[in-house]
Amino acid sequence: MADTAKPKGRTARSSGTRRRGRKDTSPGIANEKPETLLDYYRQMMFVRRFEERTAQAYTQARIGGYCHLNLGEEATVVGLMTALQERDYLFTNYRDHGYAIGKGMDPKRVMAELYGRVDGVSKGWGGSMHMYDTATRMLGGYGIVGGQLPLATGAALAISYRGGDEVVMCQMGDGTTNIGAWHESLNIAKLWNLPIVFVVVNNFTGMGTTVEMSSAEPDLYKRGAAFRIEGERVDGRDVLAVRDTASRLIERAREEQTPFLLEAWSYRMKGHSVVDPAKYRTDEQKTEARSEENDPIVLFGAKLSEEGILTDELRDEIAASVKAEVAEAAEFAENSPQPEVSTLFDYTYATPVPNESTRMPADPVFAE
Amino acid sequence: MSVITYRQALRDTLRAEMVRDENVLVMGEEIGVFEGSYKITEGLLKEFGPRRVKDTPIAEEGFVGSAIGAAMLGLRPVVELMTINFSLIAIDQIINHAAKIYGMFGGQTSVPMVIRTPGGGGQQLGATHSQNIELFYSFIPGLKVLAPSTPAEASEMLRAAIRDDDPVLFLENLGLYNSKGEVADDYAEPSNDNVATIGRAKVTREGSDITLIGYSRMAMVANQVAEKLAEEDIDVEVVDLRSLRPLDRQTFVDSVRKTGAAVICEDDWLTYGIGAEIAASIQEGAFDYLDAPVRRVAMAEVPMPYAKPLETAALPSVESISTAIKETLSAVGKRVG
Repeated sequence: MADTAKPKGRTARSSGTRRRGRKDTSPGIANEKPETLLDYYRQMMFVRRFEERTAQAYTQARIGGYCHLNLGEEATVVGLMTALQERDYLFTNYRDHGYAIGKGMDPKRVMAELYGRVDGVSKGWGGSMHMYDTATRMLGGYGIVGGQLPLATGAALAISYRGGDEVVMCQMGDGTTNIGAWHESLNIAKLWNLPIVFVVVNNFTGMGTTVEMSSAEPDLYKRGAAFRIEGERVDGRDVLAVRDTASRLIERAREEQTPFLLEAWSYRMKGHSVVDPAKYRTDEQKTEARSEENDPIVLFGAKLSEEGILTDELRDEIAASVKAEVAEAAEFAENSPQPEVSTLFDYTYATPVPNESTRMPADPVFAE
Repeated sequence: MSVITYRQALRDTLRAEMVRDENVLVMGEEIGVFEGSYKITEGLLKEFGPRRVKDTPIAEEGFVGSAIGAAMLGLRPVVELMTINFSLIAIDQIINHAAKIYGMFGGQTSVPMVIRTPGGGGQQLGATHSQNIELFYSFIPGLKVLAPSTPAEASEMLRAAIRDDDPVLFLENLGLYNSKGEVADDYAEPSNDNVATIGRAKVTREGSDITLIGYSRMAMVANQVAEKLAEEDIDVEVVDLRSLRPLDRQTFVDSVRKTGAAVICEDDWLTYGIGAEIAASIQEGAFDYLDAPVRRVAMAEVPMPYAKPLETAALPSVESISTAIKETLSAVGKRVG
């Protein structure tokens, strides 16, 4: 089991001995098509700019509720979503914007969902934490820590029941590995030989609580051992490493009909959510989380530049087109209508039955 | 017509639905090899095999949640929770997930699943195994909650629940499993399409003096009360709620408008209980028709004791319900037998 750097011991510190995380853990970049690499770069850049625009819209009160961003996790998001096939299913936690886009949702509709408008992927019923789209098989976006694990396990059960060849990916944060649903789901997934890959995105901090404060076994990829689930750790700042490791586990899950566990570590650049100034972090930790040497886009961009794949001209071109597309998404969201109050009772039940309540707050129970 | 037990009605209907629809599977603790703690799944593993009859680990959150996820992909799981007390382990999946997925994602994916579980009390099982907490689920939009009281209703309502596209909490009762009643001769046929209407209460006995309202085991007890009081020349109308969500207020309010008085009997605790909602609805829907305050007969508000005399005293009974009815009638000057 390859232990690909970072974690071990304390989280987020900046000693000079920790540089080995920077080594290139992905197979030769030379074997990749330049257009593929540029596409990854662009996708990562897109998530970055989309999330920055989201934060801006949030502070302008265009977006409400809780709002958790993928800033710093772009290589993990793009690597994982690239590894997943179109027919595969995805379940994630509430930090889901990048995944929604990566799985194929139209960014305009993701932004419209953030704005709570009718063109949103969930018609404005879900918001930031609840991106969902049956067409692209992104089956949510869940706001309760660990809530998506049993669901994803059940989706894999349905695939297995029908003898299908799809795989389920279930993404979560590091804090999730301590909740009951984790243990119950991993146990069931292995017991019933289900085609699912559990992915722990380890940013070393569940809100403000570090992995060491919350996990008796802080090497999270080892925590499938109790269920005989093979686990691997990957440098989540490295888009190619994430893609390759995830692909391998996804295809093994598909062929061997058994679950796997993947831990991808990277830094959460900002607070837990847009409104969190992360005061619990030391200056040292903040510097580390935001340093260019841990920024997956800077790292990948530099690598592509070194190889002569990403020229200054291309960089500017990509920056401009990403900027334009994000602006277009925001404009689309802005112009999308607010939902009509008359639709308030449209989605309580799928099968209509007598006596469903359609009472407004001050209505009498018996309106005669 | 044949006479069978409530248990048999459930078992045979479940089997028939499995024969009818390949997407129906059953999941739960001890339902396969052990054939169910209360034998509702007797013989199903032998007939359908382990793919469709899944014994689960003791992990309510995990297997209820797995059933929800499987339902999202179009299977129609019927989950057995050994008692409703154990649903507390799965409550996050039931309330935060099963009930929310259809609405929260704008109606994209329904959750066609059934959670079958017995409530109870009166079996000397002590405090943690004797609760009736269907209120928790009846409170939640997005869930449907059914509470059949007879074998025929159990059969027709289970069929309805399995064919419905929403998550249904299907409330059984330890005190009903051995009760008997008439069912149609073809009740166990896979081709039987006699499906109960979810969201409808029913007047199960007509009367003119007072309305007695109950559900599940208490609906059965209510009919016993009515029979007994008939001997004393008190004419009780009985309403079986059948569906706790949606709640059919019109049926019991119409009854109270006719009789002018109401007693509610419930196997749960009084404070904030199901009866509180019924009473509130009656005051709003039949205020001008009431000749007396609405009375509730409910469990004593204690963790259920084990010792038999204490347990019996804590539960509503034919006697205590009869007393409440007589007190209500005498308060308004109606004759008391």
